[in-house]
Amino acid sequence: MTSPHPGHAAAVPVLALGETLLVTLQGDLHDRTAEQLQQDVTHRIVRSGAAGVVIDISGVDVVDSFLGRVLAEIAESARLLAAHTVVVGMRPAVAITLVELGLTLPGLTTALDVEQGMELLTRSRPAAADRRGRGT
Amino acid sequence: MPVSGPPVATSLPVGSDADLAWVRQRIRQTAAGLGFGLVQQTKLVTAASELARNTLVHGGGGHVEITPVTRDTTRGLRLSFVDSGPGIRDVELALTDGHTSGGGLGLGLSGARRLVHEFELDTGPGRGTTVTVVAWTADVPAARSGE
Amino acid sequence: MSEQEAVESAAREVGAFLERRREQIAQRWADAPLFRAVFTVSRDEAVEACKAVLDALSEVASAGRLEDVAAPGFDRVRDQLGRMAGSRTRTGSSPAQIADEVAALRAPTAELLRAEPSDATAAEAAETMLALTVLMGTLRLVVMQTALSSGEALIARQRQQLLEVATPVISLWEGVVAVPLIGTLDSARSQVVMESLLESVVDRRARYAILDITGVPTVDSLVAQHLMKTVAAARLMGAECIVSGIRPAIAQTIVHLGIDLGTVLTRASLADALAYALSQQGIEVSPRAGGR
Repeated sequence: MTSPHPGHAAAVPVLALGETLLVTLQGDLHDRTAEQLQQDVTHRIVRSGAAGVVIDISGVDVVDSFLGRVLAEIAESARLLAAHTVVVGMRPAVAITLVELGLTLPGLTTALDVEQGMELLTRSRPAAADRRGRGT
Repeated sequence: MPVSGPPVATSLPVGSDADLAWVRQRIRQTAAGLGFGLVQQTKLVTAASELARNTLVHGGGGHVEITPVTRDTTRGLRLSFVDSGPGIRDVELALTDGHTSGGGLGLGLSGARRLVHEFELDTGPGRGTTVTVVAWTADVPAARSGE
Repeated sequence: MSEQEAVESAAREVGAFLERRREQIAQRWADAPLFRAVFTVSRDEAVEACKAVLDALSEVASAGRLEDVAAPGFDRVRDQLGRMAGSRTRTGSSPAQIADEVAALRAPTAELLRAEPSDATAAEAAETMLALTVLMGTLRLVVMQTALSSGEALIARQRQQLLEVATPVISLWEGVVAVPLIGTLDSARSQVVMESLLESVVDRRARYAILDITGVPTVDSLVAQHLMKTVAAARLMGAECIVSGIRPAIAQTIVHLGIDLGTVLTRASLADALAYALSQQGIEVSPRAGGR
């Protein structure tokens, strides 16, 4: 399927798969990279007319309140642009830590892996497809 | 119980968000080397990330001291986040969930406190802030288990 | 020479003696029960182990810290002594017996010290012998300490293993895992339950995780707290956690305590929870036509 981009730690690959954007986060994210990503994703949604965003965090070993907030904000701004966001692949240790930290991210849709995330988006797709004209 | 540590403290600067990433990485390595389990490592590194960001955002930068410690047979890691910023006026308020002065979710101090075994806050208006936390490799240090 | 100086000089003398006669003492110690019983396979290893202990003692003595169990010199052999004590403990020796075996190392050492050619006065020789005795007493304490703590470590390890054995995660169906909990849930156990359930969610790609508490006698607010944390963590990972088997008495307690399990999906029994998980995946279980 997707191969993780080599090289720059600062670059977060955003891949368009049909009507879905696949964002793969890897390793330790700098705060600035995370903020940059937030902008990139919203721009890509607008440009491509994507109906869904899957953010794969299976390669992330620490999610603190900052990154947690960034994820929640990406989902929220995507929602305003009529795209649904699914965060997938959170590791058990990260999930346990976030709960202990007090960050349960109730507004966020989650799935076990990219495949199940895609499936989840497809199931809620028909309504979204009707809504959207074939725009730019 | 006496807490003694070999004199191998490491001091790292906290002055940019690149420093935060480096601090997380070093603490992860040190904790893994001391025998912390994966969940405990993750908790400690996350707490460190919250506290280092506090040092950076509210304290205007500073440094963190990383010191391996032992108590009886239990090994642990002590982290001190030191800044000479404006300090915290209302400590109790700063430790309340949801309180924020930096635009975050307000979970920095209170959340980090729940992720470690020991937490100490030394601050006052105008005299900077030092947050010291300790995490042990075993969840219940042998000295305290009383079941 | 003041008394203080005499003690310090005797300590240095012992340190130098241990270094000078390292080989001879090590050869004698290797035959003592403590080392012989641990290093049953290779005598050379026993001798090496003896030398490591001797080096530590020599360093402690030369630093003038004869009575200090926390002297840095001991740190180098603490691990080794711990392993030796642990090995003796496992074969059934009590810490007191181990301590006796350490005490038995003093006599052969003292014998060699007495045989040393020396131009020291009788008083100086006596002081040196006393210093050696004190040092060996300190070693006995250090070993005692490590023997006790290796016993504790053994207990802690067994406790951990017991916890893991007591919480098996089972696959009920493709994509459905369950942990039947039996007995009291304390915080260490809840932690293990949470971690193993979430690990299996990843390993088996399970979208549904069932915590069955039929066998749990009481649920207090702390246990409820753990249940809710597990549910929240599973949700963050993209799985749904169902708590089943809440008996009527426990349901009443939960209401009485004012615990809000509102965010937790509950079912009366494990079977009901499984039926829910299956129906959510579009699987329906019904009697076969013509079946009994």
